Amino acid sequence: MSRDSIQFIRQGRVVSVRGFAPRTTVLDWLRLDERSTGTKEACAEGDCGACTVVLARRRGDRIVYEPINSCIAFLGQIDGAELITVEDLAGSGPDGTGPEQNGVLHPVQAALASGHGSQCGFCTPGIVMSLFAHYHRVSGAPSRQEIADVLAGNLCRCTGYRPIVDAAVASLAAPAADRFARTAPERLAALAALDDGADVFVGDATSFFAAPASEDALAALLEQHPDATIVAGATDVGLWVTKKLAALPKIVHLGRVAGLDAVADTAQTLTLGAAVPLERARPLLGAIDPDIGELMRRFGSTQVRTSGTVGGNIANGSPIGDLAPVLIALGATIELRKGDRVRTLPVERFFLAYGKQDREAGEIVRRLIVPKPSADTRLRVFKITKRMDEDISAVMGAFAITLQGDRIAAARIAFGGMAGVPKRAAAVEAALADAPLADPATWRGAADKIGDDFTPLTDQRGTAAYRLQAAKSIVIKALAEIAGVPDATTRVRPREVARVAS
Amino acid sequence: MSLREKPEDMLRHVRKPLPHDSAVKQVQGAAPYIDDLPEPAGTLHVAVGGATTARGALAGLDLTRVRAAPGVVAVITAADIPGRNCVAPHMDDEPILAADRIAFHGQPLFAVVATSRDAARRAVPLATMQVAAEPPAVTVDQGLATGERVLPDYAFVGGDVAAAIAAAPLQASGTLRMGGQEHFYLEGQIALAIPGEDGAMLVHSSTQHPTEVQHIVARALAVPDAFVTCEIRRMGGGFGGKETQACQWAAIAALAARVTGRPCKLRLDRDADMAMTGKRHDFRVDWSVGFDRDGRIAGLDVLLAARCGMSADCSAGVVDRAMFHADNTYHLPAFRIDTRRVKTNTVSNTAFRGFGGPQGILAAERVIDAIAWRLGRDPLDIRKANFYGPGRDRTPFGQTIEDHDVGLALVEELERTSDYRARRAAIADFNRSSPILRRGLALTPLKFGISFTLTSMNQAGALVHVYQDGSVHLNHGGTEMGQGLFQKVAQVAAEEFGIGLDRVRITPTSTEKVPNTSPTAASSGSDLNGMAVLAACRTIKARMTEFAAENWSVPEEQIVFADDHVQIGNQRIGFGELAHAAHCARVSLSSTGFYKTPKLHWDRDSGTGRPFFYFAWGAAASEVLIDPTTGENRVVRVDILHDVGRSLNPAIDIGQIEGGFVQGMGWLTTEELVYDAEGRLLTHAPSTYKIPVASDVPADFRVALFDGANREETIYRSKAVGEPPFNLAVSVFCAIADAVEAAAPGAGARLDAPATPEAIVTAIGEFDAAAALASALAPAR
Repeated sequence: MSRDSIQFIRQGRVVSVRGFAPRTTVLDWLRLDERSTGTKEACAEGDCGACTVVLARRRGDRIVYEPINSCIAFLGQIDGAELITVEDLAGSGPDGTGPEQNGVLHPVQAALASGHGSQCGFCTPGIVMSLFAHYHRVSGAPSRQEIADVLAGNLCRCTGYRPIVDAAVASLAAPAADRFARTAPERLAALAALDDGADVFVGDATSFFAAPASEDALAALLEQHPDATIVAGATDVGLWVTKKLAALPKIVHLGRVAGLDAVADTAQTLTLGAAVPLERARPLLGAIDPDIGELMRRFGSTQVRTSGTVGGNIANGSPIGDLAPVLIALGATIELRKGDRVRTLPVERFFLAYGKQDREAGEIVRRLIVPKPSADTRLRVFKITKRMDEDISAVMGAFAITLQGDRIAAARIAFGGMAGVPKRAAAVEAALADAPLADPATWRGAADKIGDDFTPLTDQRGTAAYRLQAAKSIVIKALAEIAGVPDATTRVRPREVARVAS
Repeated sequence: MSLREKPEDMLRHVRKPLPHDSAVKQVQGAAPYIDDLPEPAGTLHVAVGGATTARGALAGLDLTRVRAAPGVVAVITAADIPGRNCVAPHMDDEPILAADRIAFHGQPLFAVVATSRDAARRAVPLATMQVAAEPPAVTVDQGLATGERVLPDYAFVGGDVAAAIAAAPLQASGTLRMGGQEHFYLEGQIALAIPGEDGAMLVHSSTQHPTEVQHIVARALAVPDAFVTCEIRRMGGGFGGKETQACQWAAIAALAARVTGRPCKLRLDRDADMAMTGKRHDFRVDWSVGFDRDGRIAGLDVLLAARCGMSADCSAGVVDRAMFHADNTYHLPAFRIDTRRVKTNTVSNTAFRGFGGPQGILAAERVIDAIAWRLGRDPLDIRKANFYGPGRDRTPFGQTIEDHDVGLALVEELERTSDYRARRAAIADFNRSSPILRRGLALTPLKFGISFTLTSMNQAGALVHVYQDGSVHLNHGGTEMGQGLFQKVAQVAAEEFGIGLDRVRITPTSTEKVPNTSPTAASSGSDLNGMAVLAACRTIKARMTEFAAENWSVPEEQIVFADDHVQIGNQRIGFGELAHAAHCARVSLSSTGFYKTPKLHWDRDSGTGRPFFYFAWGAAASEVLIDPTTGENRVVRVDILHDVGRSLNPAIDIGQIEGGFVQGMGWLTTEELVYDAEGRLLTHAPSTYKIPVASDVPADFRVALFDGANREETIYRSKAVGEPPFNLAVSVFCAIADAVEAAAPGAGARLDAPATPEAIVTAIGEFDAAAALASALAPAR
């Protein structure tokens, strides 16, 4: 079955859209077509969150509320969801007042308005929507740290955030009781009715937005259009349009492909479908080690992790790509498919050179297979950034050190930001083979090999000299911590804090 | 104007922590910004094309393919400007669209007018340009080397500073570099120009300075000022970045509207905004100081070299204000405060909250820290030893500090309430036992001069109407950028008429309503416009009082306006009833109001006078934790005590203090502007330019207002609050320097701003992490 329109729910009605340019963003559709101007554009690259909207989606028997950056999300991506914007919240408060009643604010809105959480107000709609999504979380009353994490992708230049966090803590303490919570059954049914399992193809052979519903349909479509742009969360591809003004006449979206977001978690292996969003992978990866949990907490922002996928993070070949060094250190493999051919290779071999991956046109990343570390393997992950949260790494290092008594039996160490690709530190690893763990000479000797492994670049995130220095430092810190130095004395944000927060 | 204040217990609106007037709309997305206004039919969209080199003669600009691109209606260059091709506020050194010389990378050269914004943006890169490229001067040092200036050098000199330093028991000197700062207002620059009859133009501009937009647009279109109206209801942030910087886009939009005869909207995308608009000036500071064994300064010689960019813009005032604050709260017996207004091939730097003051203050605090490090003393002792005091109260600009007791009392109160001394000791203990991490603490004071230093700008106008139902139309020359000015001024109007705030209609700032305004800048918004509105209200109220006294035969003293009513002797009638009755008796219920700040005089040639009406005081104590091996850092706790006089609205004032502080913290920590050697800004979007996020703000953030009225007659004895708290973030930088010094003695003085992780590591240099961590291994192992 196939469909030549996209459909989603908007303000209680099913909206069907046919004639749109494949690269149309959700934000442009809202502001230019629907003429709803409450949602703002401030950066058009998914960093500031002023454009945050919420997608309500059906997951099993409940609705999940996902905040996304509408500026870099393609309209076609919201197929099958309910699109909720800042205009839709007033009147939906728990006191049961009607949806159109003016001036009756949602609890999140009321707390922000009365608590001085807006000054210029331009970031406010995005902050309202991020908090609205979290209002519908399942966990208990959030801490300030949790709110700060939720808002890592919402920049405010006026308030200094304190009143916003206060308002969030106050309005998110109680379980959700707004109109959206009350009408969940009807809305769940409406969402289910949209879930027709159809292959979506809007446009013609020269210009289209397609969202196949099965892997076979996807493979077939890509055989036909190997020049199409494959999009999962669009947190990177979206910028090709908004920043580089790419035309992108053919877009193939992975979000509807059945099974591509499957997860299998066993004692030995975590298998993540390529289309698993980073936010959903976060607890699964975080369970392997608190450092990975902390990395995932700091990965982009809630909006970016909600849209962005594990497959996308690897497939786009970023030289930093925070997931890649971790997966390489863990010895993960990647599974690709083109047509009917499926192949696997170690993640580290997927990255050939800057901007070049071992992926043919029309070939898709299917899944990532992550072996869990053995009992005598210790993990450490360090992400060095100019700003602690929502920042791309200057240097990222992941360490998997396998011990045998007091000695290091094996080391798998990978860095991001140090070369054109995420890459193993072979010389550092070699220096550690069979070395005594608790000996500072081992640490120093390994750190000194960083220069053999890497010749980093100077850019706006750091000079080559700083990158080398920081990389050496984290080699020493990783080894010292594994040797028993408490991480409360090695980090400005200890692992325990990270463990509690994630 | 005499204040004739109401007794405090009679106040109904002033002093109340009321929410921002637009808060309820903002949280619903229902507060329209310019891009949200309904577009008039036929509106076209404008995108701007910029230079792809930083310096050289423009030999050719081929726009053929641009003109042929889909949707393009017109392409505009300098040749299409009927009037003056100049966007400079004071001089003639910056074109709207460059015609022959390229002065910085990204400089606007042409504008595309198209049927959609997307079409206009996509046409821009189709242009080709030939430039006889010359090597650009990008950094302050490169600019100093060329010797080019945008304005003449200027200094305050008092006593024989060289002799005073030489004669002092001890000397120190150093160099401090501090970066600039992008405003990163969330709403980017935007203008919507709508052509009218007889060559008139209505420009909706996101500007802090509607009068200047009006003037520059009129000048460009070659029409009288009276033919141009500039209007703005609200900005999505300004911070100084829309004081002069809005004019260019308004002018280009107006030119497009003139050429096409259709409404034209220009909204810069974020990258263009960051590349094409000015920023905070970065400075290189070279200083030397002489002092005694108690740390008391005998003489300070400081050279402030500012990167001004390709034109003067407001660099005269910015660099002057850095000079006015290079003393901070410290008495300088002998001084030379010298400046270089360095010309570079970069975008012209501009106003940014603090307007040079923060750079001057940071320089002063580096000097104090250096003295403390040299003497092995707590920097707070050195700060107090040098504080202005009796007989030590004359500033380098000749103004006498009359209320230094307020500043010192505030510092001592914060020293107590922040538990400074005990924490200092605990931090010393921590730093002795911690293998690598280091803590730092700093308490820095603040004195910030309030008034435009260009005396003529210290004036404001208002326009108030009372309608027959008693509702009030409120208008003044100030602009709303989120700072809560409109709310504060509405509180003043409601208080004066004794009516509810719901009866006061806040209206957009428009050059049609109040002419010849000063920009909303220099923290002056409430001081100036509050007073102007008060004057207008009082004029109307006086007429109503006079009418009531006559009509009801009651002495004027027995007429009281309160609680939406007017008590007239024994009779009480509604405010609206009185308004209606007064109108029927042919009493005018509309008035302008005007205010000019008293006591000001400033003679720049002699460097003496009273440039400031008063000073705002403040202090902050910040504690940080750094990792010397990677430079990662965290602000652990901040205590602020700040002087807002008697607050008009304490909630709004605390919002300014917290927001200003966090913005200042960003300037000094994570916000780094990186240019390449060709003068291209590499950090032109939030992906690479990092302003603070929620988690950067310490959970332990204690902010209090200092209790005390403004000793000068200001609006309800309040004090200006927009800029001063920004400077409190200097405490964060000094705390990081303190921690850096603890990690490696002598390294503190090498720390430059912003204190990014890399800057921290660079200052510290070699740090033997392996040895330090080995010592922390459990001894059993």
